[in-house]
Amino acid sequence: MSDNATGSAAAERGLPPSEPGGVASFEEADRGPIRRMQEFLHRFPTSIPFIVLLIGVVIFSFAAPGKFLAPFNFSLILQQVTIIAILGVAQTLVILTAGIDLSVGVIMILASVVMGRTAVVYGVPVEIAFPLGLLAGLACGFVNGVIVTKLRLPPFIVTLGTWSIFGALNVWYSKSETIRQADVQETAPFLQWTGTIIKPYDFFSNTLGLDLGFLKGWVLNYGSVVMLIVAAVIWYVLNKTAFGRHVYASGDDPDAARLAGINTDRTLIGVYALAGFICAIAAWVLIGRIGGVSPQAGQTANLDSITAVVIGGTSLFGGRGSIVGTLVGALIVGVFRNGLALSGLELLWQDFAVGVLIIVAVTIDQWIRKISS
Amino acid sequence: MSAATPIEPAALVPALKARALNKRYGRVVALDNADFDLMPNEILAVIGDNGAGKSTLIKALTGAVSPDHGEIWLNGQPVSFKSPIEARNLGIETVYQNLALSPALSIADNMFLGREKRREDLIGRMFRTLDKPYMQKVARQKLTELGLLTIQNINQPVETLSGGQRQGVAVARAAAFGSRVVIMDEPTAALGVKESRKVLETILRLKERGLPIVLISHNMPHVFEVADRIHIHRLGKRIAVINPKNHTMSDAVAIMTGAMAPPLDEAA
Repeated sequence: MSDNATGSAAAERGLPPSEPGGVASFEEADRGPIRRMQEFLHRFPTSIPFIVLLIGVVIFSFAAPGKFLAPFNFSLILQQVTIIAILGVAQTLVILTAGIDLSVGVIMILASVVMGRTAVVYGVPVEIAFPLGLLAGLACGFVNGVIVTKLRLPPFIVTLGTWSIFGALNVWYSKSETIRQADVQETAPFLQWTGTIIKPYDFFSNTLGLDLGFLKGWVLNYGSVVMLIVAAVIWYVLNKTAFGRHVYASGDDPDAARLAGINTDRTLIGVYALAGFICAIAAWVLIGRIGGVSPQAGQTANLDSITAVVIGGTSLFGGRGSIVGTLVGALIVGVFRNGLALSGLELLWQDFAVGVLIIVAVTIDQWIRKISS
Repeated sequence: MSAATPIEPAALVPALKARALNKRYGRVVALDNADFDLMPNEILAVIGDNGAGKSTLIKALTGAVSPDHGEIWLNGQPVSFKSPIEARNLGIETVYQNLALSPALSIADNMFLGREKRREDLIGRMFRTLDKPYMQKVARQKLTELGLLTIQNINQPVETLSGGQRQGVAVARAAAFGSRVVIMDEPTAALGVKESRKVLETILRLKERGLPIVLISHNMPHVFEVADRIHIHRLGKRIAVINPKNHTMSDAVAIMTGAMAPPLDEAA
């Protein structure tokens, strides 16, 4: 007993002041600036994509003088990345749970076909056809979620399978027919609304009488606005609601999440269903962008969305990442593709650069994760 | 054995009591008429050799395993749990050996993981907004109560904490929600000397706050340092309860391994 008493007394005297400071300073002295950078990146992982984006912008301003740094060009990049960014938001949700969704692209196409064909070819009012398309996306995601959780199969395999299944349903429902822009415009112009051009300069001078010169030359469309709203809503869900915390916890350590009382199956089904719904919103933006409805559109959207998420700093191992990162990741891909093209390089170098970015992003993620072990 | 028969003196209703718990896995008898008593405001250590059925006993008491038969009382009320969540809702908190923390989430998020507090105003009801300031305040308060607030930032991810600090967060979470009983499974097993010391101090602080604690441990010096009584489990049942003041560590180990006959005076 007396041994123990003196032991804990010594601990009380000695430990509290020395322990935290002592341990921390030891590590810093040992590893130096690299360790400190690792800690900084660990705390602010989204800073990497921001830095990469900045570097890209600076490089291409010099590589393509006059052309790259123009409001019109930035507007173009923004329009090009809008769909990938929305799908990226859906993909982020799934990847945060340590899963992957290979079916986001095909869900988007299927939903666009459901919206367009139901309204234009079958003559159903767009007030019904549009929600029907959203519902189709939600249902596809729900199916993914149920298979992943109830059959306990790896998400990669499940969504590889449903990619094929949803693709077949797409061919069946669309009969491989494209719907022309003029037909959509005539029967269901609402579906094209996301493609409507906004000129911020005109908008502010007409409504508020402001002469905001720096907005001259910018051309946006409502699709970009939809993208920002989707991103804002999902950011809110992830950061400000219990469901969001459960998404992170389920991806981080599923066993711990279950022991803490989280219904991880319900969380996962919710994530996949929500992702499907977001893909259907992307379908609406897709119709706005191409004007008509094509069952062959957006074939590369799948991998592009994963690329945006990974370059945006979200970990494929789940539990860490952010919506802001994904938006910046999508912008990085857009900036590099556009910049390289304007610099006069061939298309193949765009793919080359995107590939390098992916590998570098995953390497950095692995390195940052080492801090916790 | 009827539930109404008070075995203990009327003044001392056990915080958690079990009688004649049985559990078989095929031919293996994990619990063989095991009894258990945790008195109010005590630290009860549970020791036993590997395979003695100690972890099955704890799982039965926390709802992770449902016994084939036998009865459990919580503060004198008969209870039965179908899941750990049910046990938790009745005020039995468990600090698991792997801690059940989510490494990338913050300390405050982890404290409320699975039972987040929503804002009570209209915005909270409409948009399910979390009451983060409240959760951070409570998290800080709980850690301070247990003397663990050398932790600088309540919003730092748990993975940036040391092993002992993580243990501290898990214990603080149990203390924050465990209204009746806190069960700790090998809390010092993965820790160094200094950090173990800190966790033992935390356990004693928890007891000062009036919570009865079950401590499962293989570490005899730790058990003898903090336990008020020691429940010795052997061959699927409780064979003795000893007072650490009257017995040595080697006695405890001898009883646990069957080398010494269990003392009759203090049992039960």
